Amino acid sequence: MSDLIQIAQQNILAPVGLGESDLDRMLGELTGQGVDAADLYFQSSRLESWVLEDGIIKEGAHNIEQGAGIRVISGEKTGFAYSDELQLPTLQEAARAARTITRSGASQRVRIAGTPLATQLYAPVNPLPSLNEAEKVELLQALDREARKQDPRVKQVIVSLVAAQDIVLVAAIDGTLSADVRPLVRMNVHVIAEHNGRREQGSSGGGARKSLDYFVQESRGLEYAQEAVRQALVNLEAVDAPAGTMPVVLGPGWPGVLLHEAVGHGLEGDFNRKGTSAFSGRIGEQVASSCCTVVDDGTLPGRRGSLNVDDEGTPSQNTVLIENGILKGYMQDKHNARLMNTVSTGNGRRESYAHLPMPRMTNTYMLAGEHDPQEIIASVERGLYAVNFGGGQVDITSGKFVFSASEAYLIENGKVTHPVKGATLIGNGPEAMSRISMVGDDLKLDKGVGVCGKEGQSVPVGVGQPTLKLDELTVGGTEQ
Amino acid sequence: MTDMKSRQRELQQSVEQLLQEAKRQGASAAEAAVSSDAGLSVTVRLGETETIEHTRDNGLGVTVYFGQRKGSASTSDLSPQAIKETVEAACNFARYTSEDACSGLADASLMATELPDLDLYHPWEQSVEEAIELAIRCETAARETDQRIFNSEGATLSSHNGLQVYGNTHGFIGGYPSSRHSLSCAVLGKEGESMQRDYWYTLARKGERLESAESVGEMAARRTLARLNGRRIKTQQAPVLFQADVAVGLLRSFIGAIRGSALYRKASFLLDHLGKPVFPSTINIHEEPLLPGGLASAAYDSEGVATRRKAFIQEGVLTSYVLDSYAARKLGMQTTGNGGGVRNLRINSGELDRQGLLQSMQKGLLVTELMGQGVNMVTGDYSRGATGFWVENGEIQYPVEEITIAGNMKQMLLGLQQVGSDIETRSSVQTGSWLIDNMMIAGE
Repeated sequence: MSDLIQIAQQNILAPVGLGESDLDRMLGELTGQGVDAADLYFQSSRLESWVLEDGIIKEGAHNIEQGAGIRVISGEKTGFAYSDELQLPTLQEAARAARTITRSGASQRVRIAGTPLATQLYAPVNPLPSLNEAEKVELLQALDREARKQDPRVKQVIVSLVAAQDIVLVAAIDGTLSADVRPLVRMNVHVIAEHNGRREQGSSGGGARKSLDYFVQESRGLEYAQEAVRQALVNLEAVDAPAGTMPVVLGPGWPGVLLHEAVGHGLEGDFNRKGTSAFSGRIGEQVASSCCTVVDDGTLPGRRGSLNVDDEGTPSQNTVLIENGILKGYMQDKHNARLMNTVSTGNGRRESYAHLPMPRMTNTYMLAGEHDPQEIIASVERGLYAVNFGGGQVDITSGKFVFSASEAYLIENGKVTHPVKGATLIGNGPEAMSRISMVGDDLKLDKGVGVCGKEGQSVPVGVGQPTLKLDELTVGGTEQ
Repeated sequence: MTDMKSRQRELQQSVEQLLQEAKRQGASAAEAAVSSDAGLSVTVRLGETETIEHTRDNGLGVTVYFGQRKGSASTSDLSPQAIKETVEAACNFARYTSEDACSGLADASLMATELPDLDLYHPWEQSVEEAIELAIRCETAARETDQRIFNSEGATLSSHNGLQVYGNTHGFIGGYPSSRHSLSCAVLGKEGESMQRDYWYTLARKGERLESAESVGEMAARRTLARLNGRRIKTQQAPVLFQADVAVGLLRSFIGAIRGSALYRKASFLLDHLGKPVFPSTINIHEEPLLPGGLASAAYDSEGVATRRKAFIQEGVLTSYVLDSYAARKLGMQTTGNGGGVRNLRINSGELDRQGLLQSMQKGLLVTELMGQGVNMVTGDYSRGATGFWVENGEIQYPVEEITIAGNMKQMLLGLQQVGSDIETRSSVQTGSWLIDNMMIAGE
């Protein structure tokens, strides 16, 4: 039995007097004719957040959540119930509610067994007490001072810090017994700069599955403050963005939001099982230019989107989605994998015990190509160079996606010239991917702030890419 | 109903315990909110049950004040032990947060004293089987609308009943039950190479006030079919008609810009605009928090302050910000009873329905869906992905997709020429379609 399972049992089950045999018995009651799968998901989460604003520590908040979700699957049908009370009678009531999806059948015996993980991608630390309160306050203030000392035009600084620990335990009638202890920390700096009556904003941040000293090491936190100010000052100089279709060069790292929207969601198993994605039934086909290889990799140590095991107990994997432009595979959870006669790729994720798992991304990125980033910019006569983005969105059926640049420049005659105001870029996933003509040798992953929303559920994710050029994309500026 | 009454008493006791515990641990003031929600959500797809979800959510949050310092904590566990620990966690934070001259409860004199029944609670007694049958009727109607409807994301029926109680150490305590029911449907259509998806939904506090299952399904199908074979248009400037359900987002962005937290942070494009024209003089916008049965009705705000009917825009001029007590103190003003936001916002509508507005526009873009978050609240710069229809001679010509529309919110609000009579009623922010004089469209 692995350490993670022991930690989870001690934290969640032991305090309410539940043992492994109780789980066996509850799972047994979920079995029966017509039941293809069923699982119990226990979760205990602690989260702490701090906000500094106007130079003072304005808010501190603590949240504890605990509960269990019970799921029963028969064919394509799913019954689901959950409870924030972990007493056995309450759980049995929830189990009965979930079980109503099928009526028939006598129960069978279930024996669950844990298997140790080959490697752990992050230590099972609790990041909340990893700095004491005075140190947390000092860290927030240090970032505030750093931002303000950059430039007198900085008028407002908001610094936030979030530390969370999520302990999960999953047991299923297929014998799965698995657990994970997930630390997650994040810091953000948001600044407003003002000059000659014009106000602009900039923001930066980062995070990881580590303890809070991550932000102290290598002056990471201070760099977020410098970066937020730099962006705000660039935006003070920005002119109106162009409107129309033109070549677009995307910088490395966070602009990988492109991949998350243009291909990532469309390759999630549920949409493809149902045939609702623009990528449905296209495995083996060319869906991107041949310089594109895109993976979803939940196995990167310490990264925000990484998981030791997903929320169905399947170990994380590095899944090749597109290889040299050819569609290779989808991201699967157990339910959709079973219905598509394949296996889970470790992408079964859920926001909490109160939500149903579904196929979700982890860290999605494009592998490096061979071009020098300078050579890529030099190849563009007139176009846009976008290096920072806000969020994006996709319509997986039509393939249309958007993502919003928050820092961008004009490229004129092969040179980066003026900064331009933020603008939304829009394209069609497969078409945009086929127009990628140059891929840089400078693969970078984002700094660890990504949140992905799907059907009302939010989960932490990562993105990344090298510098790349799309021969044509529509830029939603105001200047014709 | 008696069940709900006794549950409400339990929650009130939890709030009282939280406040007592906070006082016992040395807090000079405290406020607490407890909520409890239970519901059923069923989804059917291609005529079969897909998911049956039984939801039950509890939440408890407390904020304590030690003089001008504050700390907060929350949990989903309503047990007495959790109450004690949660208060402890909040008090611990208050030792490390800073003195903030503006922090604290809202003034005691502003607390709501009358708590009328606003007719918000209408539980819908229906079995799982009945819910499934309704969802199937909805989806079937969508699928039978037209042969080009070839696939479905399903239909979902949700029914939720909730209770919320808020109290603070001024002695204010209030609570009320509420219900919310919805039916939605999303289907896919195909013609040639073009594949599109769209949806429709209905939402109400009373089950019998929902649109019929069949009409929701048909509407989802018609919206999907209308989008098939969309094309791009040339990059150009043109008038834009935002269909009512999309115009709601513009009205929300306006409200976001007059919110106290955006104003004291100087993070709004409407800074220092009180008393100035923000819309054309034909426009009036007000909120009606005490509307019986309203989707956002409440007699008190998130701080216990009495809510009241008020105008935000009168003849185009900004007459009030949206303030809670903290933002009000930061700005040297008085709270407007908008802790937690605006409640039942309405813009005055014109005579013309959508068809009339198309005629009035003659030539331009009708926007039926927006994508992305491209609204910069600091500068007002607006740039979003759009889907809709190209209009000429007052008639829809063809569907349009993969374009963006851009402008600046300040000019867009001033350029609001007409508001339609086709009011979107499924939102607590209600408006008809918006005709805006000119925006930049980026396409081919």
